[in-house]
Amino acid sequence: MNENHPVWASENFWKKVAVWVTAGSFVVLIFLTFDSMSQITAGGSRVPAYSVINKKVTYRFDKNKNRYQPVILDQDEPLFGQMLDEKQAYELINLGKLTIQAKNCMNCHTLLGNGAYYAPDLTKAWLDQGWGTSASREALMLQFLQNPEKYARTYGTNRKMPQLGITEQEAKGIIAYLKWMSTIDTNGFPHNFAAIDAEED
Amino acid sequence: MSSQAINSSVTLATRPFSMDKLNGGQKLAIHYFTVAMILFIAQLLFGLLAGMQYLMPDFLYNTLDFNVNRMVHINAMIVWMLYGFIGSIYWFLEDESGVEIVGLKLGKIAFWVLTVAVTIVVLVYLLVQTGSGTERSIWLINEGREYIEAPRWADIGIVAVMLVFFYNVAATFSKGKWSGIAGVLTLDLIALAGLYIAGMFYTTNISVDQYWWWWVIHLWVEATWEVLVGCIMAWSLMTLLGVRRKIVQTWLYIEVALMFGSGILGLGHHYFWIGTPEYWLTIGGFFSALEPIPLVAMVVHSIYDSGVHHFKTRNHPAFAWIIAHAFGNFFGAGVWGFMHTLPQINLYTHGTQWSASHGHLAFFGAYATINIAFFYLAVQKMRDDCWMGGNMPDNGWKWKAAMVLLNLGVVGMTVALLIAGYEQSFIERAVEGSSWGGYFAAQSHPWFIQAMTWRMVFGVMTFIGGILLFWDLLTIGKTEPRTAEVASQ
Repeated sequence: MNENHPVWASENFWKKVAVWVTAGSFVVLIFLTFDSMSQITAGGSRVPAYSVINKKVTYRFDKNKNRYQPVILDQDEPLFGQMLDEKQAYELINLGKLTIQAKNCMNCHTLLGNGAYYAPDLTKAWLDQGWGTSASREALMLQFLQNPEKYARTYGTNRKMPQLGITEQEAKGIIAYLKWMSTIDTNGFPHNFAAIDAEED
Repeated sequence: MSSQAINSSVTLATRPFSMDKLNGGQKLAIHYFTVAMILFIAQLLFGLLAGMQYLMPDFLYNTLDFNVNRMVHINAMIVWMLYGFIGSIYWFLEDESGVEIVGLKLGKIAFWVLTVAVTIVVLVYLLVQTGSGTERSIWLINEGREYIEAPRWADIGIVAVMLVFFYNVAATFSKGKWSGIAGVLTLDLIALAGLYIAGMFYTTNISVDQYWWWWVIHLWVEATWEVLVGCIMAWSLMTLLGVRRKIVQTWLYIEVALMFGSGILGLGHHYFWIGTPEYWLTIGGFFSALEPIPLVAMVVHSIYDSGVHHFKTRNHPAFAWIIAHAFGNFFGAGVWGFMHTLPQINLYTHGTQWSASHGHLAFFGAYATINIAFFYLAVQKMRDDCWMGGNMPDNGWKWKAAMVLLNLGVVGMTVALLIAGYEQSFIERAVEGSSWGGYFAAQSHPWFIQAMTWRMVFGVMTFIGGILLFWDLLTIGKTEPRTAEVASQ
């Protein structure tokens, strides 16, 4: 075979291209990671501070952005009737996160759309109309999480959540976590979602 | 010349398994391949259990729930593929470097440490299952993050074992000779091990959690794993067909450039909906749409090289699985990924059975196939280099049937899951707006249930294929009288 092939067909040329493309892409990724982190830290522009659980929140179509958007209303709605400062809110939400991991929720549910597909997405679970009204929601969620077999919500499919031994405090943590998660700006995901109490807004 | 011909002058009644012809690395590779194959069967078994629960929700309810079965299903997969990769690299390390492996004893210890750790992790998954909402549960039982559920103590063990493996690869090439394949492989292993650390911390904030979680998952399976199999593929083409090193290495560099050029920023297609900024919609959409290109390159060059060498090879099962890899990688990772990668469609498909459809074909097509090819290379050498083709004493029916059943089974599951995904995207997402009511409306729709039934049928087919593959690997070549000609380049 003729070894005098053009530059673009030589091993050495592609070796250099591989090195530069990889290094270049990685540098761009690092730069974007710093920028993303600054925006998704709790209390940043896209992920609210944990004390947002003291407020009434909803999810609405934003005409300017032409997509759905979480809305934090200027109205107090303390979780379980108790206003929490940022540290207390963090502790409750942290308990929720640890419980969600320890109970392996993500291998049935999706959170922010990631996980398994055996059970509903939890991104906006706090705002789901399945809880009836916001007045009954907290009690129903507490009851369900602690005894999912007895208070099963299977919509006729018989697909029940297993008994995971979730304590009352852990259930409160999960609920706080779900409320906080529903306020994250997810670029319009999920689309076309009608929030609880939507007709009141 | 290519290496394929058979030597009928050697006649043996039976060929018992023998390690005599294997070098040190290859002996160690056999350990890895054995565990990989056992875990592959476990993956299929727990997949069947989880699939069955879609059709019969009461099946094993409160005993082995879906989350446990699904976790074992995907973890067994990740781990058997890693075992396969490590085994494959140990398989060719001494040939490629020209010297004996530097820390073979250390490698053996690392194998046993990893295997004991994996056994304990699986037993805890099955017997303990979940813990209370404390960091202790995450350290000892289950991290609860899809794909990297292994508790933190096991993470540390995995990193330690990977460091031993990396040391063996880097130090052996340093002592012997470096090549293009060796260089790419060594750098890729640094990235692969380093990225795992990005998944080893706990944070309350789910957006930050998923940001780094995707560094591990995406930058493994859509970047560093792809480059790893590129290296394995390059070596395989030289071994199986006698392709010239200069050609495979040039292609390898092209693939690395295209793979990392598209895959590193293609990471952004996981950052559409997790709270991350809007610019990821553009960056992730654009770069991930380019991700199929290197996979096209892999198909083109493997098929072209095969044609140039007239498909002449000494190991037909291995070669057939290599070709299955080239196409499976392109269709499963490339086409099935591309179909739902743009944010305009992903808004509706994200978190539906589309992802499961893509996942099944991609992991099988890109990674299961090439590992199976190496299992055949290994058993050939253990059968004293017997001829392996379509005209073996039993017509090679087992390897052919296993190949057909596994490929048809996975493709069947992929199509069934895709139909379920379409249905979910329309009914749950577009029409019902992703509410819980919408989710269950989609799950109880006849189209969904039919799709899940067909998935089960093809799942059983895949399982039978897996069992047949296992049986074939234990028996192929046992009564083959002919010896394959030694490969030459």
